Amino acid sequence: MKVIADIEVCVAAGVCAAIAPDVFDQDDEVGKVILLDANPGDDQLDAVRDAVLSCPSAALRLVE
Amino acid sequence: MSAAPSNIVIVGASAAGLTTAAALRRNGYDRDLTLVDAERHVPYDRPPLSKHLLTGEWGVDRVALKTEADLASLAVDIRSGVSATKLDVERSILSLTDATDLPFDRLVIATGVTPRVLPESAHLAGVHTLRTIDDTLALSEELVAGRHLVVVGGGFLGTEVAAAAIGLGLRVTLVNSRPTPLERSLGPAIGAEVAALHTGHGVELRTGPENAVQSLLSSAGRVTGVLFTDGSTLNADVVFVAIGASPTVDWLNGSGLSIGDGVECAPDLSAAPGIYAAGDVARWENPAFDESMRVEHRTNATEQAMHVGARLVDGAPDAFASVPYFWTDQYDLKLQVHGWIPGYDEVRILEGSLVERRMLAVFRRGDRVVGALGVGAAKALRQWRQLIVDRTAWADVVGG
Repeated sequence: MKVIADIEVCVAAGVCAAIAPDVFDQDDEVGKVILLDANPGDDQLDAVRDAVLSCPSAALRLVE
Repeated sequence: MSAAPSNIVIVGASAAGLTTAAALRRNGYDRDLTLVDAERHVPYDRPPLSKHLLTGEWGVDRVALKTEADLASLAVDIRSGVSATKLDVERSILSLTDATDLPFDRLVIATGVTPRVLPESAHLAGVHTLRTIDDTLALSEELVAGRHLVVVGGGFLGTEVAAAAIGLGLRVTLVNSRPTPLERSLGPAIGAEVAALHTGHGVELRTGPENAVQSLLSSAGRVTGVLFTDGSTLNADVVFVAIGASPTVDWLNGSGLSIGDGVECAPDLSAAPGIYAAGDVARWENPAFDESMRVEHRTNATEQAMHVGARLVDGAPDAFASVPYFWTDQYDLKLQVHGWIPGYDEVRILEGSLVERRMLAVFRRGDRVVGALGVGAAKALRQWRQLIVDRTAWADVVGG
């Protein structure tokens, strides 16, 4: 799967980093999304789907 | 009530309503799903309206919550440009403005809030509130460089619009009943820094009870100025009113549901058997704070929608507990707040200042840390968020 994060749309809520910490992190200043792994393994699929659904600004997309 | 849902109706297609639909499909619900949308636009995100859309930096397409393809794949029947007029709880029927009735076996109320208006002024040209894309485009058209904008209300929305208008080259006066902007939410110390931020960018402040707006002045159906309670007047080309919003629940009068400040829900967000509420409209007892609250923040809409989407499928009475988050973007600053701070007993700036573009402040209610505000301090803020989640005692982490 491929994960896409739109940093301009990101509002730094940190929900993705809380749900899928192996895939998403936040920068130290503003807290915008850092995509740790744009092509995570299938074991991350559920967590990534939840993160995409939970993002409060629809900044994340998943291409399965 | 049927054993398993087969006909779910969601009233409201903004963040909470749409996310509930997405969560239902994600959780394996594959039966009938209807969204009642009072607006005609593709479902969209509201926070960018007072920022990127208002300034023209983004086009309307950029605020859509889902692509057309993703929306189609949800297989939800969207009734656009239609509002709910009546709810018959006993017969499980929702009545709509197009004179049709929607039967359901589960209902989600996500009708949000409606902006408050100044009395006797709603019909005047040049007077604006902001909730929808249409509101934003109408206001944006009038924000022409050199004009004088008067913003009534120094809360989050008012200050954001003031900042946007400054960026567009208008003269801006911000009117607020308290001495400083954002004071009602963040207190006088932070409010003073916010005031300096705005005046530093050229905003004129008119604050305090003597500067309360008595009425708007007009000529030939268009606003011309503001009359204050002290008798003084101020000319205005455009007036933006941001004095808060009320939950959109009038349509539920007579339904039997409890509707004080919002739809009153149990801890699991149910308002009645098979009926839930989510988003700005929902008031519930939040176990994270042992308090009844109604949260008008964007992230809450998604979180509550996820919860309702799970409860509708598993039928369990699990409570919804959350530590709210919100942010505001003004000029080049992003203020971020985690927690539930209304009615705080003490706020303390631990480090920094708005001028330095780095600040950390914490809020106490009773003996507990209930909120943390950060600017340019995301890493520290994450740690404070965890302390709030853990119900940390103020005395344990804040000295003096």
